[in-house]
Amino acid sequence: MLTYITRRVLYSIPVLIVSTFLSFTFVSLAGNPTAVLRSNPRFSPVTLHLLEHQQHLDRSIPVRYWFWVKEIFTNKLGDSLQTFQPIWPDLTRTAGHTLQVIIIAELLALVLGVAVGIYSAIKQYSVFDYAFTTISFLGFAMPTFWLALLLQILFVDIYLKWNVRIFYTSGLNSPGEGAWSIDRLQHIALPVITLLIISFATYSRYMRASMLDVINTDYVRTARAKGMSEWHVIMRHVFRNALIPIATIAALNFGALLGGAIVTETVFSLDGIGYYFIQKLQNLDLYAVMGYLLITAIAIIVFNLIADILYGYLDPRIRYD
Amino acid sequence: MTEPSVPIGGQIPVEQGASAAPSVAPPGLTDATVEAGLEIKVRSQWDYARRRFLRHRLAMAGLIGLIILFGAGIFANYIAPYSFEQIDLNNILSPPTFAHNHFFGTDEIGRDYFSRVIYGIRTSEEVGVFVAVLSTFIGLVLGAIAGFYGGWIDNLLMRFTDLVLTLPFLAILLTAAALLGEGSQWRVSFILAVLFWTGTARVVRGIFLSLREKEYVEAAKAAGAGDMRIMFRHILPNTLGPVVVSGTLAVATAILIEAALSFLGFGIKPPTPSLGVLVAGGETNPQQWWLTVFPGLTIVLIVLCVNFVGDGLRDALDPTQRRVRA
Amino acid sequence: MPDPILSIKNLAVEFKTDDGIVHAVDDITYDVFAGETLGIVGESGSGKSVSTMSILGLIPIPPGRIASGEAFFKGQDLLKLGKKELQRFRGDEVAMVFQDPMTSLNPVLTVGFQLDEAIKTHYPKESDDKVKARTIELLALVGVPNAAARYDQYPHEFSGGMRQRAMIAMSIANSPSLLIADEPTTALDVTIQAQVLEVMKTVQAATDAATILITHDLGIVAELCDRVIVMYGGRIVEEGDVHTIFAKPRHPYTIGLMDSLPKLTEDEEWLRPIPGQPPSLINRPPGCAFHPRCFLSQGRARCREEVPALEAMETPGHQAACHFGEELIGYRSKFSEPVTAGSDA
Repeated sequence: MLTYITRRVLYSIPVLIVSTFLSFTFVSLAGNPTAVLRSNPRFSPVTLHLLEHQQHLDRSIPVRYWFWVKEIFTNKLGDSLQTFQPIWPDLTRTAGHTLQVIIIAELLALVLGVAVGIYSAIKQYSVFDYAFTTISFLGFAMPTFWLALLLQILFVDIYLKWNVRIFYTSGLNSPGEGAWSIDRLQHIALPVITLLIISFATYSRYMRASMLDVINTDYVRTARAKGMSEWHVIMRHVFRNALIPIATIAALNFGALLGGAIVTETVFSLDGIGYYFIQKLQNLDLYAVMGYLLITAIAIIVFNLIADILYGYLDPRIRYD
Repeated sequence: MTEPSVPIGGQIPVEQGASAAPSVAPPGLTDATVEAGLEIKVRSQWDYARRRFLRHRLAMAGLIGLIILFGAGIFANYIAPYSFEQIDLNNILSPPTFAHNHFFGTDEIGRDYFSRVIYGIRTSEEVGVFVAVLSTFIGLVLGAIAGFYGGWIDNLLMRFTDLVLTLPFLAILLTAAALLGEGSQWRVSFILAVLFWTGTARVVRGIFLSLREKEYVEAAKAAGAGDMRIMFRHILPNTLGPVVVSGTLAVATAILIEAALSFLGFGIKPPTPSLGVLVAGGETNPQQWWLTVFPGLTIVLIVLCVNFVGDGLRDALDPTQRRVRA
Repeated sequence: MPDPILSIKNLAVEFKTDDGIVHAVDDITYDVFAGETLGIVGESGSGKSVSTMSILGLIPIPPGRIASGEAFFKGQDLLKLGKKELQRFRGDEVAMVFQDPMTSLNPVLTVGFQLDEAIKTHYPKESDDKVKARTIELLALVGVPNAAARYDQYPHEFSGGMRQRAMIAMSIANSPSLLIADEPTTALDVTIQAQVLEVMKTVQAATDAATILITHDLGIVAELCDRVIVMYGGRIVEEGDVHTIFAKPRHPYTIGLMDSLPKLTEDEEWLRPIPGQPPSLINRPPGCAFHPRCFLSQGRARCREEVPALEAMETPGHQAACHFGEELIGYRSKFSEPVTAGSDA
């Protein structure tokens, strides 16, 4: 197993290099940081010339890439071209906020989704099943931004009508409040609910499908033929086997969300990594954008790896060494 | 697993060798008696597919819904009571009403929302279909080449799709759209198509890989058929089922993503009407609920209908997906 | 004659499908006696598996439905029992071995665990060590080499033949009075088939269970069975002891089956399969289900109009359901002479 992990990690490094190089090239060509700098009215031509040299903008792209890579290790991603502030602290701060939101949302979605999926499968074609099937279909068809917006509007209206704040509709917390205060929870409740609904739809559908697949297998028939009660059959044979694909899906989903639930964070103006990305993109702050892309690419690769390992751990037929 | 074994004790042949004429025909067996017992109707594959689709109620409902919605988009010029940019400053932010045909109300500069939504549908369907068709086509071609020839071409394709998979999808799209999109509908569609094809490519490649070793391909080669002919006549038809399904579902995904891009301001920009842009308008006017609800609802309806149809198509065309019955 | 262990009377099972109602089993009656091996022979779709699975409650109830009948096991009608009561019989008094050993074991649990489970389900108070010991003993009995080590292995580490042996071991774990084996060797290679059959013989000798052996392979029937039932189109068409059935079949279908086997001791030019297709169980041919393919029928009206009932033949215990069965009296199949090993073919 260890060899497998090492091999995967080593393999990921060239992938990371290629993908970041491609992104860097693309961003530099299409975004043209030189033009961006020049558009800044504060700089005199002399300053511009100095800056361009300092930022290596007078060199070719591969060279610039090389300097950028060096910056990652020596200077923690360096400074933004716009604000001349270090990028790294911003990234870590926002990533932390994003993590808080998605961990809560995903855990809840997983627990609820698995439970509903199991029940829907056992009571297939019941009213419960049809109801939740409909909800899931709606969940898949609903654009995230619309759901977020609707929730926001709903709670803004509640506040305006009855002057009571159940959930806050923007921002991370009121000034002075801590990371785990009730106030913070009130602020992140709506984004959590938004993400929850969409992930829940995914998990419940997949769990239901997985359960149905397993319930109809021959080995479940064998278990029944052995005289086990239906409850035992489900708990010991069906449930555990059905959970295996869900574990991998959850890991992959989480990795993707780590890139920031961009849309949700934007609607609710949360200081998360996704919102950070949008803002930097709007300002064409290219090195910040690259920093973001690097972090998210690493997150996805890591969670892909976790998904594979999880799968190998749960299913003894898959042994990677 | 089981090979047709030479019977030791003997196996009852299940294949009926009516053609393996016995040297002595069992007495009394005429064609008439045989025919009488054969009540199995022979149906072609397309027949089965069509029957299965028509039986799928959701798919039928989705199809009807799509016809209505897409029809509205295509005939927007005839259906919309106003043009989508007609300003009426006397009538700003009015709620939905039957007066003046403002079914969906008006926005902050008095433009009729119903018309804007209808034109938005047209944009969405153009984007959706364009992206789906283009990306499916690219995926088909690349997947076929990779799967058929194998070797380093296949390797290259696989590495590349792996690469694409490890990138944060929305973020890359946003970046591309922000830098290159310039708010144009067609540029944005093109960008989407360029990144969408990997899914189709993998599926097609898989099918080509598995089928090129089959005997009928060898037979065709022996008969002198060229590569292109084999690819087109023999293997390609097998990909049509999954390709049609994934293409249909791609329409829905494309519409959703384009809406998200436009909502954030990076996709299609005004004056081209886009449902995403319309929803964004609702953000600044939370009290005027119709600005948010109607375009969003439209998106939901379109996506639902496309998904239903796609589900029905999958049931009908993709026999490998066993639908669980009871 | 002692009382039968299992007595099925007028059992009818149907399934509701989109294309209509499938009459899988139509009014069958048979008995199984202690210690004997009863073979049920038929093509796929003849209803042979459904008849046994339905009395154990293993068919999905919608869309399946037990339309009528009784199934007395040691005096109790299994079809009238509730789910919980039926579960007590399954795996304990009545055990089943299924066809495909590849998929019949849970891939994420060890083989030992699954065998233990068979025992612990019915005897939860037994200590884990005792159960483990018994499991290893059973694995050794069915010929799994190195049973103690194999206990901790997963099904994918077993070969196909070994898996089937483990399944057999699982079925006899609680010394059932009735063992139902549904095509136990069909999914296996021919050489492995022979080994598994040996195991079944060993098991039969070791226990005193009555066995129902469902198969489409006449060779296996000849090896293992005492009595035979032939099913076609969901009905029983012939029944008798194995020697009689092989030597003097009295139903055109049975004759067709025997005839379609190549004889190894003589030259034959052509194989003689039964012409036509198995009947649709939704639209069964009226009257005798076999008449469209029957050489004896010759288009006679009675075959089309009336369902033949089982009638006694010369040998006691031998019955056949054919209107014109008397015309077959005197027919001797090619198996009526014993085959000696080593004859030149």
